[in-house]
Amino acid sequence: MLHTVNKSPYTHSTLAECSKVATPGSSILLIEDGVFAVQAGGAKVVDLNEIMKDKTVYALEPDIKARGISKVCEGVKVIGYDGFVDLAVESKSHAWV
Amino acid sequence: MNDDDVKKIMFIMRQAPHGTIYSYEGLETILVFGAFEQEMSMAFIGDGIFAAVKGQDTEGIGIKGFIKTYGVLEDYGVDHMYVDKESMEERGLTPEDFVVDVEVVSAAEIGRIMEEQHATIPY
Repeated sequence: MLHTVNKSPYTHSTLAECSKVATPGSSILLIEDGVFAVQAGGAKVVDLNEIMKDKTVYALEPDIKARGISKVCEGVKVIGYDGFVDLAVESKSHAWV
Repeated sequence: MNDDDVKKIMFIMRQAPHGTIYSYEGLETILVFGAFEQEMSMAFIGDGIFAAVKGQDTEGIGIKGFIKTYGVLEDYGVDHMYVDKESMEERGLTPEDFVVDVEVVSAAEIGRIMEEQHATIPY
């Protein structure tokens, strides 16, 4: 199952709630302000590393670029809108808004 | 209604009541869905669990409140109301604090049940 998160982990508990519910093997796609999680060196990278032990984390490139995120932490797969569509058709999805 | 037409739909309730209109709108949506005789459930996660806490008196904030609605949801086709155990405990609440009987389960269990749904709707 695909889970999308569009809130910054620095202001919202959305990513934390999503990641504890999402089953092992599922995908979490960070979009909009959700991509602030992936800035290398940020405090939330620790949480991402924990999540990536049994789930795949993606981040949407246009949102990363729009926010000037200079370096994406290791392990996160950066995808474009086409990749987003591929994930959305592969499985069911839930938007953690 | 043909069994194939019945879909499993879960409402994921994550917003506190009154501060925003989300949980109210979620309940309204469920009442509308009731007309379509689907298999519905609700999962309360994070601040969403505050929306189902009993004893809410909204008179002082000038709104009608919607807590009584929970009592009729079963008649509208809501078969299960799940509460995330961790969210409940970290907010100092117990299973007796809710306006209706809820099933207190782990986040992992909610995730497993989500996977079984035809659709999950965020509120």
